[in-house]
Amino acid sequence: MAVCIAVIAKENYPLYIRSIPAEQELKFHYTVHTSLDVVDEKVSAMGKALVDQRELYLGLLYPTEDYKVYGYVTNSKVKFVMVVDSSNTALRDNEIRSMFRKLHNSYTDVMCNPFYNPGDRIHSRAFDNMVTSMMVQVC
Amino acid sequence: MPAMADETLFQLLHTQVVAAAYGAGRGSGDEGLRAGLTVLEGMGFRVGQGLAERLPQGALAFREELDTIKFLCRDLWGAVFGKQTDNLRTNHQGTYILQDNNFPFLTQMAWGQQYLEEAPKVLGEQFLAFTCGLLRGTLSSLGIESSVTASVTSLPACKFQVVIQKA
Repeated sequence: MAVCIAVIAKENYPLYIRSIPAEQELKFHYTVHTSLDVVDEKVSAMGKALVDQRELYLGLLYPTEDYKVYGYVTNSKVKFVMVVDSSNTALRDNEIRSMFRKLHNSYTDVMCNPFYNPGDRIHSRAFDNMVTSMMVQVC
Repeated sequence: MPAMADETLFQLLHTQVVAAAYGAGRGSGDEGLRAGLTVLEGMGFRVGQGLAERLPQGALAFREELDTIKFLCRDLWGAVFGKQTDNLRTNHQGTYILQDNNFPFLTQMAWGQQYLEEAPKVLGEQFLAFTCGLLRGTLSSLGIESSVTASVTSLPACKFQVVIQKA
């Protein structure tokens, strides 16, 4: 289960960011911000390597003592960053990938909504519900 | 359940959207025309942005511009019009010509002699504005700024010229 999920636009400003618990929000905002550099690094590194198929899933961006940060980038250069609790070792790569896939699908739905202007913050309830289902259950 | 009437419905909707864009309430003459063009193209642009998210299945396979244009010709055309473009030409300096010899929006008009005189100017610019916006929106979402124009030489064939803006 994630503790923080963020959707970052192509121009590197947040379209959507949510974290649990709410008091640590600022710390997670900062973490996501620093992880953007790592994302850029990975994306440009992949470009130069001239691999046949570049993966959208970027994998583990960097681990700290408390948590791990994972990244995913879409074709339109929108980035998804997920911060996961380190103590939760049960989470495997596959599960992270499937969480990102769900995120991507929900984001695509938001994008196709004609009332949504690309570049605005995301206020969709469906998106909110999907993110809630992926976050840690706090009593 | 397979969608069988989708294409026809889309064509009918498109025809009506075009009629509404240039229709009453927008004023006649050049200004009204430009307003209608802007509306149509803008609509296409927004749809293109949404499609750019949904269509590429999975990996980022676009290593260079040409790959993205080929994606337009194959996948975008396939999803929206049910076929692929017939010809793609480029001058390798940022200009691409996508040619479709049997463009779905124009097939109905090709049957008789009625529209032959009006064909080139009116159709190319005004009728196909939505499609031009569609291409521009998809490219923009995939990171390429461009300007797209359409021209009709002989119904139902048409050409879309994409000019990539160099930053």
